[in-house]
Amino acid sequence: MTAFKSLASAMVKIFYRDKATLFFTFVFPLMFLVVFGLLFRDAGTSKTEIGVVGDGPVIVGLEQTGALDLKRFDSVDEAVQQVRDGDLPAMVAQDGDDVTYRFAQSDQTQAGVLSGIVTGVVSHVNQAATGEEPRYVLNAANVEDSSLKPIQYITPGIMSWGVAVTAVFGAALTLVSWRKKQVLRRIRLAPVPATTVLSARVVVTVGVAIVQALVFIGVGVLPLFGLRLTGTWWLAIPVFLLGILAFFAIGMLVGAFCKTEEAATGAANIVVLPMAFLSGTFFPIDQAPSWMQSVSNVFPLRHMNDGIMDFLVRGQGPSALVVPCLVLTGFVLVVGTIAAKVFQWEDD
Amino acid sequence: MTDTENPAAIVVEDVRKAYGDLNAVDGVSLTVAEGEFFGILGPNGAGKTTTLEIIEGLREPDSGSVRLLGESPWPRNVALLPRIGVQLQATAFFEKLTAREQLRTFAALYRVSADRADEMLELVGLTDKADTREDKLSGGQRQRLSIACALIHDPDVVFLDEPTAALDPQARRNLWDVLRAIQERGKTILYTTHYLDEAEILCDRVAIMDRGRILAMDAPATLVRGLDAPTRVILERGSLSTVDAEELPGADDVTDDELSLTISTRKPADVLSALAERRALAGLQVRTATLEDVFLDLTGREYRA
Ligand SMILES: Nc1ncnc2c1ncn2[C@@H]1O[C@H](COP(=O)(O)OP(=O)(O)OP(=O)(O)O)[C@@H](O)[C@H]1O
Ligand SMILES: [Mg+2]
Repeated sequence: MTAFKSLASAMVKIFYRDKATLFFTFVFPLMFLVVFGLLFRDAGTSKTEIGVVGDGPVIVGLEQTGALDLKRFDSVDEAVQQVRDGDLPAMVAQDGDDVTYRFAQSDQTQAGVLSGIVTGVVSHVNQAATGEEPRYVLNAANVEDSSLKPIQYITPGIMSWGVAVTAVFGAALTLVSWRKKQVLRRIRLAPVPATTVLSARVVVTVGVAIVQALVFIGVGVLPLFGLRLTGTWWLAIPVFLLGILAFFAIGMLVGAFCKTEEAATGAANIVVLPMAFLSGTFFPIDQAPSWMQSVSNVFPLRHMNDGIMDFLVRGQGPSALVVPCLVLTGFVLVVGTIAAKVFQWEDD
Repeated sequence: MTDTENPAAIVVEDVRKAYGDLNAVDGVSLTVAEGEFFGILGPNGAGKTTTLEIIEGLREPDSGSVRLLGESPWPRNVALLPRIGVQLQATAFFEKLTAREQLRTFAALYRVSADRADEMLELVGLTDKADTREDKLSGGQRQRLSIACALIHDPDVVFLDEPTAALDPQARRNLWDVLRAIQERGKTILYTTHYLDEAEILCDRVAIMDRGRILAMDAPATLVRGLDAPTRVILERGSLSTVDAEELPGADDVTDDELSLTISTRKPADVLSALAERRALAGLQVRTATLEDVFLDLTGREYRA
């Protein structure tokens, strides 16, 4: 085995033999993914359910709108009671030519929307009953908008964050613990270039990050959550890799300054956590106040997140690679150079 | 052993290293010939580890020069590293790896075959601990593993910093055999210890160090002879009165305590035959000066931090 391979394999063993590391690498981000995924699963997409009695043309028309779920009742009283109890927002009953509509006033927006739908259907049925061609024809079609179903931004967000945490902690803690335990000193006495140690650590970090990405996306695309990747998902790969390198460099810098694992953990959290909150990991950044959006532009996580989301779920073309790749490359070079300058084999 | 017989493996000239006001190494010069077994002795804080680490190239001296196998070890000299093996005073292992995995990793770092790992486990008697993780090994087992890691690539110069500290008597003697075998193959060994009996047995030459300086440097037997200390003949208390003891031929000085009577002499043969005539040999012990006496004579008996 070469020095590179043996160091990498040692690092992999150290990684998977540590239960806490495994937890924070896979389970912890996955918990966020599952909780947010379930919490927001139906947001903005669920249909309102109303009670219906009978099966006249108005009821059929309501069903055809596709905007409502219908719950059938045998008697009008029964349905009205449910509305009164607050279990249903409204009910519609058709008995021959009589159409009854009762609704709850507690949620005014919903009441307005429902009234609009019911009135529209009744007018449409009335107009059809005249047997004449309608005079005004509505041409309706939906437009691709940039707002996404929650799972579509939650998955890339949690993925960037989870991978960033892996890279920062992997670099910082290996450096600090190996320096503290004198492993770095011992390696320094062996005929291996420092770059071999470094590249082994980078490769292991990238490997772990790829497994993380597969797990998070794999869970996201389960029917339960319904994540859908767009055709240009593979363009996210360069952004993903550059993002890992940027955070690895940040971890090296943290590791160079911290003497103990505790200090390194604290410092790494101070670096990553605010970034996660301000970069659209847990909620879409375009819903944030504009000052926050501007501030978050200085964070590599924002660009990693945006870049990955652009390709994974927004289906952008290659031109969208430019900004995130340039910013992240800049981070890698600047932070990496500083980290290499302040690197120490041992505490003095 | 002199430099003319053998080329020098290590040449240290007037090396100094200060930490703030403290002169940890204060003008040390020494030469270790190829194939020599050299010991550095000294009380805690004498500067042994610092001296060793400067020679290994782990620390930069403030002044002075070091040649290791003809080359300078500082700054990190990668060409030199495969030829030296180092056991640090504090054991350094990859966390969570087993004994065998540690050795295999080091084997790969030094580009030697992975089979060496099992050979080394055998050599230091850790074969049945091969699959035990580093943090589950006892102090002495860690120490032995650390020595195995230092020897895995069969280096020409071996540096051991208190290798026998924490070892049980069997492991200690086993290690002596290992080290002697290494020396017999022409390798150079530079080591530190607090066991003076051990240094006396193993080392061709020792340096006694204190407060960053070398106080004496020679073969252990030469140092002991140079001390010119009297032989002590010790008897059970009551086998002879103090007055009678003082009148023995050759007796220089007599002291006694609750257990024994001690006669100091420079003519032990005369004292012993006189004692034999009087049949006063109960509990007889004869102590000649040892390296320990030299050590205590040079570094003093008072206890310090
Ligand atoms: N990194 C350091 N910073 C400051 N002082 C140090 C450092 N390393 C060693 N010293 C000091 O230098 C002196 C020599 O230390 P060294 O470790 O060389 O002693 P030693 O002879 O190996 O002792 P021991 O027998 O206890 O191992 C000690 O007084 C120690 O406190
Ligand atoms: Mg020491």
